[in-house]
Amino acid sequence: MVPTNYYLILSAVLFGLGVVAFVFKRNIITLFMAIELMLNAVNLAFVAFSQALGKPDGEVFVLFVIVVAAAEAAVGLGIIILTARNRRSLNVEHVDLLKL
Amino acid sequence: MPILENLWIIPLLPLLGSAINGLFGAKWSKPIVNSVALGSTGISFLCAVEAVREFLGYYGTNHKAWVKPFFDWIVAGSFRAGFDLQLDHLTVVMLLVVTGVGFLIHIYSTGYMAHEEGYFRFFSYLNLFMFFMLILVLAANYVLLFVGWEGVGLCSYLLIGFYYLRKSAADAGKKAFIVNRIGDFGFMLGMFLLFRTFHSLDFATVFAAAAKPEVAIEPMGQFGVLTIACLLLFVGATGKSAQLPLYVWLPDAMEGPTPVSALIHAATMVTAGVYMVARSHVLFTHAPTAMYVVAIVGCATAFFAATIGLVQSDIKKVLAYSTVSQLGYMFLACGVGAFGAGIFHLMTHAFFKALLFLSAGSVIHAMGGEQDMWNMGGLGKKIRTTFLCMLFGTIAIAGFPPFAAFFSKDSILFSAYNYPENGKAFYAVGLFAAILTSFYMFRLIWLTFAGEKRYDEHKVHVHESPLNMTGPLMILAFLSLTGGWFAAPALWGGKDYFAEFLSPVFGAGESAGAESSASLEHILSSVAVAAALAGLVVAWRMYGKQVNRGKSEGVHKLLYNKYYVDELYAAVIIRPLMWLSTNVLWKVVDAGMIDGAVNGVADGAAAVGDTLRHTQSGNTRSYAVWVVVGAMVLLGIIFWPILHPALFGGVR
Amino acid sequence: MISGVLVIFFLLAGLALLGAVSLIWQSHPIHSALSLILVMVSLAGLYLLMGAEFVAAVQIIVYGGAVMVLFIFVIMLLNAGVEERTNISKMATFGGVPLAMALGLIIAAAIARSSGQMPAPAASGAMSSTRELSKLLFSEFVYPFELTSFLILVAILGAIVLAQREN
Repeated sequence: MVPTNYYLILSAVLFGLGVVAFVFKRNIITLFMAIELMLNAVNLAFVAFSQALGKPDGEVFVLFVIVVAAAEAAVGLGIIILTARNRRSLNVEHVDLLKL
Repeated sequence: MPILENLWIIPLLPLLGSAINGLFGAKWSKPIVNSVALGSTGISFLCAVEAVREFLGYYGTNHKAWVKPFFDWIVAGSFRAGFDLQLDHLTVVMLLVVTGVGFLIHIYSTGYMAHEEGYFRFFSYLNLFMFFMLILVLAANYVLLFVGWEGVGLCSYLLIGFYYLRKSAADAGKKAFIVNRIGDFGFMLGMFLLFRTFHSLDFATVFAAAAKPEVAIEPMGQFGVLTIACLLLFVGATGKSAQLPLYVWLPDAMEGPTPVSALIHAATMVTAGVYMVARSHVLFTHAPTAMYVVAIVGCATAFFAATIGLVQSDIKKVLAYSTVSQLGYMFLACGVGAFGAGIFHLMTHAFFKALLFLSAGSVIHAMGGEQDMWNMGGLGKKIRTTFLCMLFGTIAIAGFPPFAAFFSKDSILFSAYNYPENGKAFYAVGLFAAILTSFYMFRLIWLTFAGEKRYDEHKVHVHESPLNMTGPLMILAFLSLTGGWFAAPALWGGKDYFAEFLSPVFGAGESAGAESSASLEHILSSVAVAAALAGLVVAWRMYGKQVNRGKSEGVHKLLYNKYYVDELYAAVIIRPLMWLSTNVLWKVVDAGMIDGAVNGVADGAAAVGDTLRHTQSGNTRSYAVWVVVGAMVLLGIIFWPILHPALFGGVR
Repeated sequence: MISGVLVIFFLLAGLALLGAVSLIWQSHPIHSALSLILVMVSLAGLYLLMGAEFVAAVQIIVYGGAVMVLFIFVIMLLNAGVEERTNISKMATFGGVPLAMALGLIIAAAIARSSGQMPAPAASGAMSSTRELSKLLFSEFVYPFELTSFLILVAILGAIVLAQREN
């Protein structure tokens, strides 16, 4: 059996890589993909705990996370399309209208 | 006893008159304003007479003062200061003088102020003054007395600065009020000390506690509690009653209209200090040091002011310095223990000084506003009534019998002579001041009414004043003649009715000394009359016929410029104070520290905002980094127990 | 003794990590998308390894089949090119890596430190059958379930509104 800790460490590392990607990438779509990566890492942790505790509750939650991620991706990509058309650029650093 | 139960009516009527005239008088015609003002004061006078009648009846059966508390004004712990009014023999004298003379001056003012702007305002202020003065004399505790004290100071300011468009008048009003405040500070400290000692400020309580046998009379030269309290109260009296060193406001107060000078600065307000000292006589008799100081200050002021009055050229200024001098006599009387004599002189002084001021006003009115005596002369034939009335007043003030002031001044000088500590010195200075008084008053008469006229007849049309001005003059002249006759019989071994009237308040001891040395008293009175006569003759020789003004130099210049006291005060006190206010309090404390602190807070907030602004860059990536930082901090806090050994204890 | 399960685990984990690193490294977004698909597939494999078949299936169908396809459609729609290297944000440039590394390290350290408390994994498969899952979903979690349907409705509306052409 694989100890649960291994899954959790993997989840943590994936999450960290997702954060790194979010901070360092400049394409808006890639940013979104980094968010998906983070969500996936969290899903892995949920399933690992679900298996460790022997209850299916964690998996139910994973389903919810997937649903939310899908909805968010749909709407978010719609926004990205509009923003890209407006600013004619996919660079997130050019979307800075909230600057003081 | 309807009026005694409702003593508040007496001060309330003038207050109502003041309020009605003040609020509505601007649109009313003069007769209506007159009826409100004169009506309220007149009815108040009648109520006062009735109250006196009721009181004398009450006293006959009960033999104590009438005190009526109306409502609690201040209640703090065990201290109570109420709106309590009282009536005793001293109050009777003051009440009748204030309402009576006040009413006469109101009548006079209807004539004098007839052509002035702000007619209704004048009567409103005058009635307000009556209200406060009546509160002052009717008060049964120091706190209420102080309310009246402050109030009359306020009305004095308002009335001195009545011609507010004139800068000198506005300045004079300010000067009066500020100098009074200095005195009031001393008064308040005295009140605090009394409160601390006796735990109450009601006259009945304080005087009863002080009169107990176990309260020792503080020896001369020692500054015990009562002495210091009395000295502080006297500081207040010097401010209000224009004694050294706080007299400087009274000559300047002549900027106000003449009826104001008559009422406030001759008959009533300036006598408030004497009244207060007389009222506190129980305390003063336990503090001989304080009384000695009072006597010295009074005597010195009497002499000092008389010397300045010798050379003044403004008719009202002469009378102003004369007032200061006569007030000095009253304080001299109180200082040597003759409180009754002091109050007697207060009463007679009210009569003849009001008469003199009102007559001077009549002269000024006749001359169309001229006040400099060197531009008058020969008016005696033209304005006979005024001349006669003023002559009556002058004879009275000089101290010729049978006029009123002869008896009162004589009584004061006699008590001074018998005073154990340097009494003879007081007598000598007082007598000399009396000579000077007679001299400068007759100088005033001869310069104004005798000799050749020194004015241009085409420019000035001298005319006698109307009846509403000369009427009060004649009444006051009559009182100046007869007012002293209460005490007259004492001179021939009879009873001094006035002192006897006041004996329930002051004790019977004063007139006792007179009987033992009646012949001494006769000698001293003759000396006083001779002194007055000497003054008259010298004045006639110098000013009766042709007069040349001459240059002002040497001693004359010193006296004419009032010993440069005002300049001295300006240099020593006012200039440093102004410097302090401008450079320290304004520039450093107010603009620098307070404004700096407030602006500094605002500037600080702006600076913080300016710095934090840079976090809002609009850049998603930096926001992401901030989110990570925040997440790490939170994780660190949550996982610290677990991480702690990992970071620091993990080496195995 | 290394069991086969462990080997498969390490294999799949390595693939996932490889995909994640590749996502960061690649300069063209389409490559990043493909890397993400690799991550998701390997994660699905890990779910299978843990005995969560339903979840693995949903992962492949929804995530891999719908969401990622959507991503690729958008990339192609917008004609996204190679990412330009702009460095406007100083904070991200200098603070990013250390912070992210630290974040991961903290989490990993925390998990590693608490290794003793984890219960041993139960027998696989028994609890996580689809039947059990659906029983739970429609009894205890029916309320969140209905809410997610509502959420999907809202997302559909939002996407339609956003994608409308301007009139």
